[in-house]
Amino acid sequence: MILIVVEHASGKVSKSTWEMVTAARELGREDPITALVLGNNVAPIAAEIAHAVDQVLVADLPLLAQYDPELWSAAVAQIATEGEASVVLIGGSRSGREYSPRVAIKVDAPLLEDVISLKANGDKLTAQHYTFLARVTETIEATGPVAVVTIKPGVFNPATPRTEAAEQFDVDLTLPTPRFKVTGKTAERSARVSLTEADIVVSGGRGVGSAEGFTQYVEALADQLGAAVGATRAIVDAGWRPYSEQVGQTGKTVQPKLYIAIGISGAVQHLSGMNKSKTIVAINRDAEAPIFKIADYGIVGDVPQLLPAILAELKK
Amino acid sequence: MRILTYIRQVLDAEESVHIANNSVALENSKLVMDTMDEYGVEEALRLRESGVDAEIVAVAVGPARVQNALRTALAMGVDRAIHVETDVRLDPVAVSKILAQIATQEGATLILSGGQQADWDSHALGAATAERLNWPQAAWTSALELKGTTLTGKHDADEGSESFTLELPAVITTQQGLNEPRYPTLPNIMKSKKKELRKESLDQFNVAPKLKFVSAEIQVKNRLNKIIDGKDVLAAAAQLVDLLRNEARVIA
Repeated sequence: MILIVVEHASGKVSKSTWEMVTAARELGREDPITALVLGNNVAPIAAEIAHAVDQVLVADLPLLAQYDPELWSAAVAQIATEGEASVVLIGGSRSGREYSPRVAIKVDAPLLEDVISLKANGDKLTAQHYTFLARVTETIEATGPVAVVTIKPGVFNPATPRTEAAEQFDVDLTLPTPRFKVTGKTAERSARVSLTEADIVVSGGRGVGSAEGFTQYVEALADQLGAAVGATRAIVDAGWRPYSEQVGQTGKTVQPKLYIAIGISGAVQHLSGMNKSKTIVAINRDAEAPIFKIADYGIVGDVPQLLPAILAELKK
Repeated sequence: MRILTYIRQVLDAEESVHIANNSVALENSKLVMDTMDEYGVEEALRLRESGVDAEIVAVAVGPARVQNALRTALAMGVDRAIHVETDVRLDPVAVSKILAQIATQEGATLILSGGQQADWDSHALGAATAERLNWPQAAWTSALELKGTTLTGKHDADEGSESFTLELPAVITTQQGLNEPRYPTLPNIMKSKKKELRKESLDQFNVAPKLKFVSAEIQVKNRLNKIIDGKDVLAAAAQLVDLLRNEARVIA
């Protein structure tokens, strides 16, 4: 089977899971596509994903209410082994990329990380992924009975559900006792659409002038466009914005249809988090700023003057 | 206790990338210790400075040149270094086999490793090493304390951050914000020249990589580069909005 570990949040199947379904279908193998749902009170998740795959395996346990790398890797490795999975697809989220190496070692498989393409030829898998801060596209290959693959979010087209639903089965798992104890959580949920799932991202850098400038220009434009908000490392370090909004090498990677960079010069670490966006717009005072080299559209000029004018134009 | 910090040598982020013979050519480029690994070295030093009795050992796997990165770690304050020399590029799952064996040989109880590698963009080494040792791990750690054998800290999860506790032995992967790595001082650089840097051969670790690197290329998306002069603010704003609406069709 081709095993997909379902990513879900707030009672819904995440977009990344629908993208993994596409990746699984495009492999063109005869193997049934199997979704594994891990969590607690996940019946709605299982019912939702049943419309995209050939069978659904469900482990609905209180122990699985909280993600843990050792629990998840044990569960996935057990199902992959019992079901003789040929490919194990895991989301390229922080958690997915954290427990997937453990799965690879448990099932003695190669690990293909954060792939943007995946093709099967017999028992050979060929994939592409980004390296060198997303400046290089590398092709990798693995041959063997089983491979573990993490799928980069936002690259594959999300699959559309079918009307018929696949059968669901409960699975018995042998699970370890978690050793990583979570003692508190700080949510980063904002009222806006999630940064990594947004079609439009509006980001700000030092050129917005201040934390107030960010609210006045970046957040105002984001709200006008129904977009998510992003920030550069410089202004996160300056305390203007929370780390959860940081785009770049050590923050989030985004690939929206439209990325609007306001007052961002374009350090390579920032570009690595957004340079695959479909359309890039830059607004910056410095005509020599590197961001303009990767921009489709841009204005060289002052942010405090231009943004109110752009907002007014959009409201017309 | 003994702490291992894994060190990688990567292209300086300011350097441009060149491809030759289907892979990235690093000759003639400025190479530095991966920033993520600097956080690991700094954190180990801070744990010791906070009163933990620890020997800190830096470990690197790679060609002869990676010794420069180990020298930097020694100059920052690490006690000694181990270099497993190989010109073969190994994937992180393969490297974890080496690191886990060294951890066992050295009797280490804490391993620090970078959250994401600046060259292969991989997150896998820390988790893979933890798995081989059957240790727990904390990934993307942004704060860390050690009292007795209990680690407490904070790390980034899928949504938001979490506070955690963890018993040693454990693997910690680093993240920006964990600390501000120090610069080696001249006296420490002089002292570091006398510190042990042990070379090991790859053969003894019995590594069999499962991943094949086929090719690398720089794909540059052609951008339109339609840049408007913003001197006339209203005209520039109108033109941009018109382009986004009617040419790119990305906004309503």
